[in-house]
Amino acid sequence: MAKTFAQLGFPGRLIAVEGLDGSGKSTQIYLLKRWLELQGLKVFFSEWNSSELVKSATSKGKKQALLTPTTFSLIHATDFADRYERQLVPLLRAGYLVLCDRYVFTAFARDTVRGCPAEWVRALYSFAAHPDLTFFFKAHLEVSLQRILVGRPQLKYFEAGMDLKLSPDPEESFRIFQGRLLEQYLAMSTEFNFHLIDANQPVEVQQSVVREIVASRIHLAGFAGAAPAAPL
Amino acid sequence: MKRHPAPARRRAAAPATRIIVPVPVTHRFYGHGLPDVELDKLSGKLIVVEGADGSGRSSQIARLVGWLEGRGHATTQVGLKRSTLVREELDQAQNGNILSHTTMSLFYATDFADQLENVIIPALRAGFMVLADRYIYTLMARDLVRGADEDWLKSLYGIALVPDAVFYLKVSPDVLVQRNFAKKHALDYWESGMDLGLSRDMFDSFLKYQRLMIEQFDRLRRAYDFDIVDGDRSPEAINADLRRKIEAVLQGR
Repeated sequence: MAKTFAQLGFPGRLIAVEGLDGSGKSTQIYLLKRWLELQGLKVFFSEWNSSELVKSATSKGKKQALLTPTTFSLIHATDFADRYERQLVPLLRAGYLVLCDRYVFTAFARDTVRGCPAEWVRALYSFAAHPDLTFFFKAHLEVSLQRILVGRPQLKYFEAGMDLKLSPDPEESFRIFQGRLLEQYLAMSTEFNFHLIDANQPVEVQQSVVREIVASRIHLAGFAGAAPAAPL
Repeated sequence: MKRHPAPARRRAAAPATRIIVPVPVTHRFYGHGLPDVELDKLSGKLIVVEGADGSGRSSQIARLVGWLEGRGHATTQVGLKRSTLVREELDQAQNGNILSHTTMSLFYATDFADQLENVIIPALRAGFMVLADRYIYTLMARDLVRGADEDWLKSLYGIALVPDAVFYLKVSPDVLVQRNFAKKHALDYWESGMDLGLSRDMFDSFLKYQRLMIEQFDRLRRAYDFDIVDGDRSPEAINADLRRKIEAVLQGR
């Protein structure tokens, strides 16, 4: 079992949110970030799949449908490693609260559903320490699907899991794919100490649960430093 | 058929008319491998030539290609940093020296996997002789010199096919340095391991780095069985050696 940043003696703490597309996790982590910033704490927010160099390769791969499950997995691991080594680790060394919208568990779920051996994927990411807190936003599958499907003219090829040939219909493919991802996430939940949040509840109810857990698990006063952010 | 030997006519025939059909051997992966590959359908042979820049790798491969084609075998070549997927990005990253070690390792692994799935395996399936100008061992040795975890690398490259033959052209660092100067009058930043800060002097750094690489290759040889070929000899002598060994591979030995 990989160690958390606290267990490795880092002064910083990493909080990750995971969940299906449309589970509302990004809204929740944004609200958590605002709450921490308004207290004048040192906070940094990071998203999955955002570094420039790798983005250029993935977009090319997506365009040309060149990616196989293995190269899909490796290119995202490369992207993550870049962010991990250049951004997350230095900030955690400097005593920041780092908030991650998705972490290695996204890869564990996604790459496994695509057919990569689970042990291989886990070993691939073994260079990364685990979050000090991981929230999993669990919504009814149908609710998440509706949030994504409404108001989106077209699902992207990989997002819909079209490469898995589950169904020629993108919407149907997306449903099956998300269903499989959910199974993978739930199977990991105990092993990686996910805090399950009922994402069918109102935004405010979820956010108060999240803040309560963060406040009880992390000594927030120790992260003061930056000047308080201006109120919105 | 042997009733009327006609030595005169036989002498006039084109050389090497007898084409050897390679004996198929079921391939295997080093570790977890890749999903959905039918290993018993890979009837070609994977031949790897490893060695530092200036070890004579490329010219040995060129000679082997000519020889194999003359004997009726179809060939394909692969090498590091030749994937459609990330070649350009890797070049960019190397020029800027902006990526950290794990990222660089994974980037190279992506490049390797792309060629493995899109070139090597399809070619082997079609019965080609695939000549690889370096393979996972160079990538692993480079990472090991830079402090990577060996178990992590082993699992990562568990996707790789076990080649039918691996030749490591071992050349002493002093000979390497001379050959590099003879060829380009300059030493390469990465081949000199300048990112490691072994020495501020490039010449010194090159010698130190190549010694470290040789150490790692010697270590890797214990886990990954490969032939160490004395690369300090003449190109002809080395090539004769390689041909003899490849001949055995073609006959399934």
